[in-house]
Amino acid sequence: MSQSQEAASRRGAQRQSVPRQPALRRPQLRVNPIACEAHGVCIELLPELITSDQWGYPVLRTGAVPLHLEDLARRAVADCPTLALRLVLPE
Amino acid sequence: MTAREYPAELTVQPPPLGELRLLAGTQPLSLTEHISRYGPIPRLAGPAQLIAEVERSGLTGRGGAAFPAGRKLRAVAEAARVRARPGRAGWAVVVANGSESEPASRKDAVLLALAPHLVLDGIALCADAVGAGRAYLCAGHSGSTRALAAALAERDRAGLSRIQVQLTDTPDGYLSGQETALISVLNGGAPLPTFVPPRPAEKGANRRPTLVLNVETLAQIGLIARFGAQWFRSVGAPDAPGSALVTVSGSVDRPGVREVPLGTVLGEVLRWSGLSRSAQAVLTGGYFGTWLPLPGASAVPVSEPGLRAAGAALGAGVLAVLPEAACGLAETARITGFLSWQSAGQCGPCRNGMPALAEAMNHIAFGRPGRDVLGWAQQLTGLLPGRGACHLPDGAAGLVASALRVFAADLTEHTRSGPCQGAAGAPVLPVPAAPMPADRSMR
Repeated sequence: MSQSQEAASRRGAQRQSVPRQPALRRPQLRVNPIACEAHGVCIELLPELITSDQWGYPVLRTGAVPLHLEDLARRAVADCPTLALRLVLPE
Repeated sequence: MTAREYPAELTVQPPPLGELRLLAGTQPLSLTEHISRYGPIPRLAGPAQLIAEVERSGLTGRGGAAFPAGRKLRAVAEAARVRARPGRAGWAVVVANGSESEPASRKDAVLLALAPHLVLDGIALCADAVGAGRAYLCAGHSGSTRALAAALAERDRAGLSRIQVQLTDTPDGYLSGQETALISVLNGGAPLPTFVPPRPAEKGANRRPTLVLNVETLAQIGLIARFGAQWFRSVGAPDAPGSALVTVSGSVDRPGVREVPLGTVLGEVLRWSGLSRSAQAVLTGGYFGTWLPLPGASAVPVSEPGLRAAGAALGAGVLAVLPEAACGLAETARITGFLSWQSAGQCGPCRNGMPALAEAMNHIAFGRPGRDVLGWAQQLTGLLPGRGACHLPDGAAGLVASALRVFAADLTEHTRSGPCQGAAGAPVLPVPAAPMPADRSMR
């Protein structure tokens, strides 16, 4: 189990106690695929929502970012070397 | 060779049922003939009137995405209103998209050739509605721009030019006609899709609010402005009102472009085109469309909701019939190779995934695929959608997924004993030849 996966499972254990938030107008992750260069920082930071394809490019889980992961999502957005990752409100 | 040269010239077929709306005859209509047939270009009470009428009509975009035309008009009008400043009268831009870079489609070329003034009416009406002072008419097939220039000159001479329309030749290539790629060309850039947002409605040509509509959509607006939403809805289905142009090709006696009431069942549309021999499947939508089995899908309505319920899409109105003797897997492999070559290579998932998908499909069609290749192809069809700036990878994945479903029997045969007889035969669906590898690195 990698470090990020361990961290993810720890966070998963905490999630049990957090009440479910309404998903209405919650931000979602989006990647600008033209800007993305597969640095993989987001995959390392947020494995709950972002996994890697065979070539190291991110595969985003669809839907709203759960409340307990929002801080990490903002961190992943801020740390993307090409600023390809965004947090957007659904249209 | 370019995408433009395919397929061979198609003839126009008037629909045997219903009213002739867009395609009045087999000869181009001059301005005089156009006005005597359809009546003068209407002047509406105000911009809101046209938008409301188009909304009531239920007209959807005929370029492929089937987005409600009225909602698009309203979005651009609103974006232009928000950005209004003194000295910005006519700030918005209208782009008429007749690029038709889909190799199996000819409907836009036929419409522009036969009823150019209906499209130009639509451009003028929409320009009024969104507050545009400038319009571009982007034509794809070589040869059509000269006839369009003549039509524009005709209007000038008659004093009917309400807006300056600039003719633009869309560059070759499958992606050139894509909305954002077209905007990029108009802004002096390469014919490559861009990331949205910003949408063209907010920031398009010249960084202004831009209304991009397919030429058939504009022609329909030219009719709705004259005869009203209720008239428009008098043919077609309640969930898909009006008529639409389709391009029928492949194994039919009378291939060509025809106007059909939306909601007509697939079997009927193919019968009008002379489907007599037995056929095994039909490719719907376009080269990034979906295979449907025949005669199994004969009762599927030809409309966006009808085809969507069957797991397909109307797209740009392409219906390509595959004869019994052909190999659907081989056809799909050739098309996937073409789409892979047409990838702009801008996005990682497409740059890596499309060649992998094409190679897997090639192996499935022309090799003796094992379970590993089939599994890999299946996996790729799930991995590609939704991850590019445009929908090319989505389309290719959908095409391959439908081929593996519809041609399951062939798949079993290929797995057991290698490519079938049909795989060695001549292609039914024309695919432009790929360039030499050196060309690719230069793009």
